[in-house]
Amino acid sequence: MIRVIAKRLLVGVLVMWGAASLIFLIVRVAPGDPTTILLGPDANREQVTELTAKLGLDRPVFTQYLSYLADVARLQFGDSYRFDRPAMSEVFERLPATVDLMLASSLIAVALGLVLGLLAGGRPGGAVDRMVTAGTIALQSFPTFWVGIMLILIFALAFRLLPSAGAGSPAHLILPAITLALPFTAIVARLTRTSVAETMREPYIQTARSKGLTEQQVLLGHALRNSLIPVVTIVGLHMAGLMGGAVVVENVFAWPGLGTLVVEAVSNRDYAVVQAATFLIAGIVMLFNLVADLLYSQLDPRIKLDGAA
Amino acid sequence: MSRTRTPAEGAASPVPADATTGDPLLEVDGLVVDLPVAGGSVRVVDRVTFDIPPATTVGLIGESGSGKTMTANAVIGLLPNGAETGGELHWQGEDLLRASPARRRRLRGHEIAMIFQDPLAALNPTQTIGRQVGEILRRAGRPRADVRLRVLELLERAGIPEPAARMRSYPHEFSGGLRQRAMIALALAGSPALLLADEPTTALDVTVQARILRLLRSIQQDQGLAMLLVSHDLRVVAHVAHQVVVMYAGRVAERGPTTAVLARPAHPYTRALVESVPAVRTRTALAHPLPGTPATPANRPPGCAFHPRCPLAQDQCRTEEPEPRPVAPGRWAACHFAEELLQR
Repeated sequence: MIRVIAKRLLVGVLVMWGAASLIFLIVRVAPGDPTTILLGPDANREQVTELTAKLGLDRPVFTQYLSYLADVARLQFGDSYRFDRPAMSEVFERLPATVDLMLASSLIAVALGLVLGLLAGGRPGGAVDRMVTAGTIALQSFPTFWVGIMLILIFALAFRLLPSAGAGSPAHLILPAITLALPFTAIVARLTRTSVAETMREPYIQTARSKGLTEQQVLLGHALRNSLIPVVTIVGLHMAGLMGGAVVVENVFAWPGLGTLVVEAVSNRDYAVVQAATFLIAGIVMLFNLVADLLYSQLDPRIKLDGAA
Repeated sequence: MSRTRTPAEGAASPVPADATTGDPLLEVDGLVVDLPVAGGSVRVVDRVTFDIPPATTVGLIGESGSGKTMTANAVIGLLPNGAETGGELHWQGEDLLRASPARRRRLRGHEIAMIFQDPLAALNPTQTIGRQVGEILRRAGRPRADVRLRVLELLERAGIPEPAARMRSYPHEFSGGLRQRAMIALALAGSPALLLADEPTTALDVTVQARILRLLRSIQQDQGLAMLLVSHDLRVVAHVAHQVVVMYAGRVAERGPTTAVLARPAHPYTRALVESVPAVRTRTALAHPLPGTPATPANRPPGCAFHPRCPLAQDQCRTEEPEPRPVAPGRWAACHFAEELLQR
């Protein structure tokens, strides 16, 4: 087991190196010269040359890349010019808000998705199943920013039940968490439905019925636990995917997390912050995938991580 | 009451059913099961008629697709979704096909229980054996300690050594034979009057098969249980069943007391089955395999469904479907030439 984790972590390091390289490339390909942005349009040629040398931008690209990698390895992404402090500190300060949002929406999605999936999968082709299937397709099709705006219009503006934006109280978390949770709920519901429907065809379900159990007792007592194994894995994998949705949702609701930080940084050409935040998000996604992989092998003894390369 | 350790295990041939018993426990009369298929339905069980008297083992034999498993499923009320039933099914006089779903559910496990072909698949992989065997008692509200004692008793009766330790095991930790013993204990937990056994030994090693059959027979005899033994294997039925029902393509070909039917079949299909098994017919070592492929309910030949494979087939057999009729005391056969077969 330890060998497996070590191997996976090594692969993770490679993935992070790839992510860092991609960030390096994108920043250099993106339009806009950092010196002009830092100095403003009125800067003269000497000032630009001086800053270019100071930032090391006059060196060959490959040399720049190597020293960038050395910095990344030490989590040094330089200072944010807007906040005048190390970019990583700024990023870490915003991280808890995003984690709150992700945990809240995961909870909603898993609880709601499991119930809907169980109801639908317990009687495939039934009325509940058709409603859940149609509903989940709709939920997955609506764009997140649109759902967010609709929720604000309904619950914040029309009924004045909840705050429309910002942070500071648990009530502020509700709308963004629901917005982020809806497409995830659809995924969990559909997955649970398929898994439960499959389990209900197992012979041991007939055995349970032959004991005179009600369908509900069969579903909760015999089908639920065995259906959960694939669901747990996919939930782990998709929690990583929530990161991307969080960027959109945070901006719709002005939630002070990583997502708003990244978008602010991009519009202000705060490259250090963009790079630090992107790197951290890549790291979180990588970590979730790793945990999901390991969890799968723990839940299902037939899955052996050692063998497959 | 079932404390005695398997006294009758290893006894010789089955004892014929007690003829003094009155009404049958289960009466199957013209039972029909239609299963939905793309663009219609297929009649997988067609006008099947037989009785199960109390404390009697009835063997239901036929090739795959003959409708024998569907007949058993119809009896316990566990047909696939969309299945339609017709005819009559009477349990101690009670009309089962018109009973409420709740009544049929309460019957399961407590009055009619079932054991399945593949005990590994039929046991829940994530629950201990003890939990699964005791579930029906626990759900009935029996106290914990009571349930535990009864489970130990059931496992012991089913021939599982060290039941106190084994009840904490999971199905995958058991051998095939032990799993089927656990399945038998599970089915007996609700003290049923009728046990449906669907190919109970097919998935097991040959050496284990005989032991499981002996166990089933001894339990049947000690507890005065009625049993419907579904099998494709004539030897299994010959060893355990008092009466036999031979099915072909969803219909009853022949039925009657096992010894009489196997000694002198009144249907060419039964005769072919008997001749295909060397162990049953001891006079010849040569087995004659059945020619041709079995007819299925979905693809049933006109007239007598068996005629394409029948050595006695005449023109009449190709057009006219024979109905099961009494051909000798206690025997029915669906063959135009049953009497001639019996006189050979």
